[in-house]
Amino acid sequence: MSNAMATVPASRTWQRHTVGQKLARTALWLLIAVAVALSVQSINVIWEFLWDAPEQMMDMGRRMWPPDLAYYPKTVHAALMETFHIATLGTIFSMVFALPLSILAAHNITPHKGLNLFAKTMLVSSRSVNSLVWALLFVAVFGPGPLAGAVAIACRSVGFVGKLLGEALEEVHFGAIEALKAAGASQTSQILYGYWPAVKPAFWSIMLLRWDINIRESSVLGLVGAGGLGMAMNAAIDTFEWDRVAVILLTIFAVVVIGEVVVTYFRRRLI
Amino acid sequence: MSGARLGPTARGKRSGIRPFHSSWQAKLLAIVVAAYAVYALGQLEFSAERFVKGLDNGARFLARMFPPSYRNGDQIVTGFVESMQIAVLATFFGVMLSLPIAVLGARNLMPAWATWPARLIVTLCRAFNPVIVAIVFIKAVGFGALAGVLALIVASVGFVGKLFMEAIEEISMKQIEAVRATGAPFLSVVTYGVLPQVIGRLVGFCTYQLDANLRNSTMVGIVGAGGIGAALFAGFQRFEYDFVLAILITIIAVVLLGEFASNYVKRIFHV
Repeated sequence: MSNAMATVPASRTWQRHTVGQKLARTALWLLIAVAVALSVQSINVIWEFLWDAPEQMMDMGRRMWPPDLAYYPKTVHAALMETFHIATLGTIFSMVFALPLSILAAHNITPHKGLNLFAKTMLVSSRSVNSLVWALLFVAVFGPGPLAGAVAIACRSVGFVGKLLGEALEEVHFGAIEALKAAGASQTSQILYGYWPAVKPAFWSIMLLRWDINIRESSVLGLVGAGGLGMAMNAAIDTFEWDRVAVILLTIFAVVVIGEVVVTYFRRRLI
Repeated sequence: MSGARLGPTARGKRSGIRPFHSSWQAKLLAIVVAAYAVYALGQLEFSAERFVKGLDNGARFLARMFPPSYRNGDQIVTGFVESMQIAVLATFFGVMLSLPIAVLGARNLMPAWATWPARLIVTLCRAFNPVIVAIVFIKAVGFGALAGVLALIVASVGFVGKLFMEAIEEISMKQIEAVRATGAPFLSVVTYGVLPQVIGRLVGFCTYQLDANLRNSTMVGIVGAGGIGAALFAGFQRFEYDFVLAILITIIAVVLLGEFASNYVKRIFHV
């Protein structure tokens, strides 16, 4: 080693990247530029509509103001409770299904390539289909209503919770598990007394995060008929009652803010 | 259990605390969650009868989905090209907008009069689901891809802006100090002191956001903002469930490909 170093000529100029790395980076920048240029050129935009936009926004603002506050106790409150139930039930369901899948996906608990791949494929499919698309599917299965929404939320959340929990399980320190194994603990005992205490804080924080996301997502599921605030909003938009839409938007904003406060409070207590 | 009782912890014996024994709070929480699930299921008009009927429907639904039909393959291709354009443009302009906003909002670089407005913008962008933002933009600029691009730009600013702001706040101030000591103006401080420290994480956020925008562009299409989502929704409305399955499979494949591509990009920039 020291011999090789000594032979480097003193006049050598050091460079941070090799020629290959430079080429790869330049190619990437070019690729980004070309992708953006092509997209701008070929995307289907009606420019007259864009110039018209400020006027349209002003018009919408005028129609929204003042918000029809009397509408809240009549319809919006019930829809809000429905949204809350959809999000919470969906989170609870997803927890039930994500636990076994995450155990199957973690290669240190399940040392079986086929099972790992199976669980990971299930989790990826769950994640790549949007909750709105899941809702479309389950509206076709269960009929319109909040039940389809809750199942859709659960199906979308399984992938998220399962992936993060599986990663947390894979990062569990080996020492505790080895100690349990040495004491003759069964697989179940290893999971209950070795893995679970190690991932417990991560688990609750993942569930809280997902609940927060689910509250936001379940407020739009109604647009495809899966119950909750979205259903009320869809009805109001279809009848051009923008003052009612404004009430619903304000409600969603309030819910999101409250959700964030609640989650922050619990996270501080739990972790 | 008996093993735990035999343990040498005298304190545990006296107060009845055993290792791995769940506290009464934990048990109470579990009971409350279970009771809530039953109550909420009742609220959502869930019944065993309806569930069985749903399963029946689901079986018929699945039967109509298989085999996936690629008859209208050209529709899938045009839809996906538009979705990609939406995702590329939304990510590009979203990231371009979030860079200055994040620098303005970082508390370690800027005084309070600059951080508050920047943080407010980011919070507002995050508060509403992209679908709701898309509906507002459809009212402003009409149906089509432009509304989708604008809605996803807002979502990107909310996500990349927040994470990038947090990344800047975590940087080491020593390098900033060093650049400032040479008498560099603010812009040079950002380019030579801040950016080199966060560029790796920024690349990570951008690739993630491109991925997320591609997934979300299927969602905003459902409410009329262009892309593959429009074809998907049309398929549902015409009960062409085999076509729907073909689109879903394509979405999952593209998202998987995107994950590989983003890993590759990250490798190029991290080396």
